[in-house]
Amino acid sequence: MSVPVLEVQDLTVEYVSDERAVRGADRVSFAIHSGEIFGLAGESGCGKSTIANSIMRLLKDPARITHGKILFEGQDVLGMDEAELRAWRWNNVAMVFQSAMNSLNPVTRIGEQFVDVIRTHRGGTRAAAVQRAEELLTMVRIDPARLRAYPHQLSGGQRQRIVIAMACALNPRLLILDEPTTALDVVVQQEILEQIRELQSELGFAILFITHDMSLMLELSDRIGIMYGGRIVELAPAPSLRHGSKHPYTQALLGAFPPLHGPKVKLTGLAEGTRFTNIKDLRQVGEGHWVAPTQAPVLTQGELP
Amino acid sequence: MSFLLRRLGFYLLAFWASITLNFLLPRLMPGDPVTRMLSRSQQRLEPQQVEALRTLMGVDGGPIIPEYFGYLSRVLTGDFGMSISRFPTPVSEVIASQLPWTLLLGLTSLIFAVILGNLLGILAAWRRGGFLDSVAPPLLVFIGSFPYFWLAMGALYIFGINMGVAPMRHAFSVGLVPGFNLEFILDVAAHLVLPALTIVLVSLGGWMLGMRNTMIATNSEDYILMAEAKGLRPHRIMLNYAARNAMLPSVTSMGMSIGFIVGGALLTEVVFAYPGVGYQLLGAVQGLDYPLMQGMFLTITAAVLIANFLVDLVYVRLDPRVRKG
Amino acid sequence: MTQNATDPQTLAASQPAEESGSARARVSATRLLRTLLRNGKAVAGLSILLAFIILALLAPALFPGDPSRITSAGASAPSMEHWLGTTSKGQDVLGLTLWGARSSLFVGFAAGILSTIVGVLVGLSGAYFGRGLDEVLSLVTNVFLLVPGLPLLVILAAFMPPGLGTVIVVLMITGWAGSARVMRSQAMSIRGKDYVAAALVSGERPLRIMVREMLPNMASVVMTTLLGCIIGSIGAQAGLEFLGLGDVNTISWGTNLFWATSDGSLMLGQWWIFVPSGLAIALVAFALALCNYAVDEITNPRLRRPKHATKSTAATTVVRKEEK
Repeated sequence: MSVPVLEVQDLTVEYVSDERAVRGADRVSFAIHSGEIFGLAGESGCGKSTIANSIMRLLKDPARITHGKILFEGQDVLGMDEAELRAWRWNNVAMVFQSAMNSLNPVTRIGEQFVDVIRTHRGGTRAAAVQRAEELLTMVRIDPARLRAYPHQLSGGQRQRIVIAMACALNPRLLILDEPTTALDVVVQQEILEQIRELQSELGFAILFITHDMSLMLELSDRIGIMYGGRIVELAPAPSLRHGSKHPYTQALLGAFPPLHGPKVKLTGLAEGTRFTNIKDLRQVGEGHWVAPTQAPVLTQGELP
Repeated sequence: MSFLLRRLGFYLLAFWASITLNFLLPRLMPGDPVTRMLSRSQQRLEPQQVEALRTLMGVDGGPIIPEYFGYLSRVLTGDFGMSISRFPTPVSEVIASQLPWTLLLGLTSLIFAVILGNLLGILAAWRRGGFLDSVAPPLLVFIGSFPYFWLAMGALYIFGINMGVAPMRHAFSVGLVPGFNLEFILDVAAHLVLPALTIVLVSLGGWMLGMRNTMIATNSEDYILMAEAKGLRPHRIMLNYAARNAMLPSVTSMGMSIGFIVGGALLTEVVFAYPGVGYQLLGAVQGLDYPLMQGMFLTITAAVLIANFLVDLVYVRLDPRVRKG
Repeated sequence: MTQNATDPQTLAASQPAEESGSARARVSATRLLRTLLRNGKAVAGLSILLAFIILALLAPALFPGDPSRITSAGASAPSMEHWLGTTSKGQDVLGLTLWGARSSLFVGFAAGILSTIVGVLVGLSGAYFGRGLDEVLSLVTNVFLLVPGLPLLVILAAFMPPGLGTVIVVLMITGWAGSARVMRSQAMSIRGKDYVAAALVSGERPLRIMVREMLPNMASVVMTTLLGCIIGSIGAQAGLEFLGLGDVNTISWGTNLFWATSDGSLMLGQWWIFVPSGLAIALVAFALALCNYAVDEITNPRLRRPKHATKSTAATTVVRKEEK
């Protein structure tokens, strides 16, 4: 197999305070291949966003990467200095944040924020950058005249499209989408996902898609990693996860969301008080399907009303 | 637009309230204010001066409503009555000759304090725990604890009396004819340095800490993180993204602090015998020149309100969100 | 959320462990006090303040009799006999300074406390009752905030009968608006909390809700506002008296400075006459400001200075323990 776009090996992130260190991510490993959509799912606080932000080295004090490797097309991201990192960011990996609603600078025009990033990385004239921005807006079906607008003059869905367009500005090899649709209503959510799929087939970037919403995840992703307590508990291609998930936590997550299409199903979840501790390393159980072994009776099944 | 209209209405209301307070104050005090004043006054007043006071204070009686409207119309046409201490010069004339100096001192100090304080705040927040962030805040808070006029006294003592490097009093050298020429301008600037410096020093800490704290809050906004992810250069993020947003509360509080700066300027003028409104204020207090005090109050209030409106105009330029409704 | 809040049963069921506002506040108030005593700034500030209060209380014992009586020839520099020298009238400067602390601290604290009380009343009732009352109160507050303080002080003090009471009242009139604004915005956010809604539906009277549920949870803001008001009052009092608008017969730091200027000691180079009172004002204000920043730091941890200098845009630190 060719070199993956992104390879994360044994990544450990700790939040260090005076008294103790908390592990936000614990020996996490996965790889994303060219053009692939890789999903990372799990409840809030499981470490999904920590992973996303540490790939771009955006985590602030007191967060520290204490172990592991992040390789982008074989290049060591953790070894880059500030200048290399700046040149690498957005050029190769772009990111759409959890609250893309607030990720636009409220006091400057949209166009200015496009020009900003294009000229920083590519140089060129202002006019050329504006032209590129117009193309990008057309691509996400927003009137290029909106470049003169300020963020507050746009709807949530429009702002999200603009952030996505901005992420595509430099043709990155990888796009990180951190809960890109959480703040939007269901109809707009679907439009945005459609948009992302379209752009992906057009531009061919790989995607790291992060959400807690399993229905969205199954719909969009090729392969999925399930996170719990900072660890990956199951890693599998979407179809085998949908039909043959092995880890009880995955099963619970799958049971907690209604499918987007098809008949109604009864929802099940994780029973009250169920916790997983001391999660073991993954073991292969099928074609590309890995799971962390669990001791039998941690889960009490089917007790939810 | 509607934002500016609303603000304008508010300023008019505030000005009306000040006029009304001015009108009511002598009338609400128990007894006959003029007689009381005369008993407190050391010097003998001319009968005409007493008469001027009586009309101003409304001792002569008459229904209060028409009197109020008469007062309103007189104030709005700039007629504040006669000055007692410089009888029979009209109050408006006395103030008109001094207001420019107060505005010069106040505005110069304000502009320097705002620019310098905000810059220091931006830099301190940008490098948390660095040298500037550790040393400047406690030092400036300490300096800011001194009364304006006391720091002015200290500065005058050290630089004027002991070292003799600064002019001791007034806004320009004796014998110099005011005019628009380099010599006069330089002389005015030299006289401005020390008074302005004391005001800037006292108010600097507030600006710096205010800006530092909003910068710190702004730094955790998502658009800052996104700007970093975009691979922009740090100074660009600092100025165009962080400071540009953190500036907004700073501009808002600028309006509020104009009043404080003016207060500081008035007291500083007393120390430096700077020929502005504040210096005259001391004379007015000692000469029991009530019409002059009232006139000053209204003029300074009007100046502060106008300054606030100018700040609003700037704010509208800076924050696109208030431009429409 | 709002539906939940108006339904007492849902409330009781959904938050069995939720304590009432006053209970939560009591815990947080004692915790605030304890952390305050561990904060270096707070300890330094409180110590300076305490020292001044003790000296003010001891003034009659240390300098018995009328401090403004003439004890020596005029304007002598500091000596063994008069530690801080004498004024041009021949009064002992140290005595004047210590006696001055009594009136300055009293007026500063009294006016500061009164301003804060008015501010709390206006802010709380505006936030609690909302609508028309809030609009009117906000308008009045904003007008008072905008009108320049010192000129207003001057005309108020000029027209009211002279005396300590007038000074306090005048300082209160010009000082309350700032605290009212802060109180209102704080009270507005607390007004929306669940425990206030719970108290509302359980039929408590407005006054009780304001005083027992809302006010205790504003403790730290009330504290910083109070400190700010005292600082403001001390400074404004000094300014007023410096202009000769206080009661020139009482001894305070401001009147000491007034006499120092009107006797021309500055121009004659007699620094010891004007330095002590100004320094005292600055030290008290600085001590109060220190306490203020301490409270700020405790309630808003983001403002605390990190141990190591960090640039805001620094990339995530990589520490590979195992490899090095």
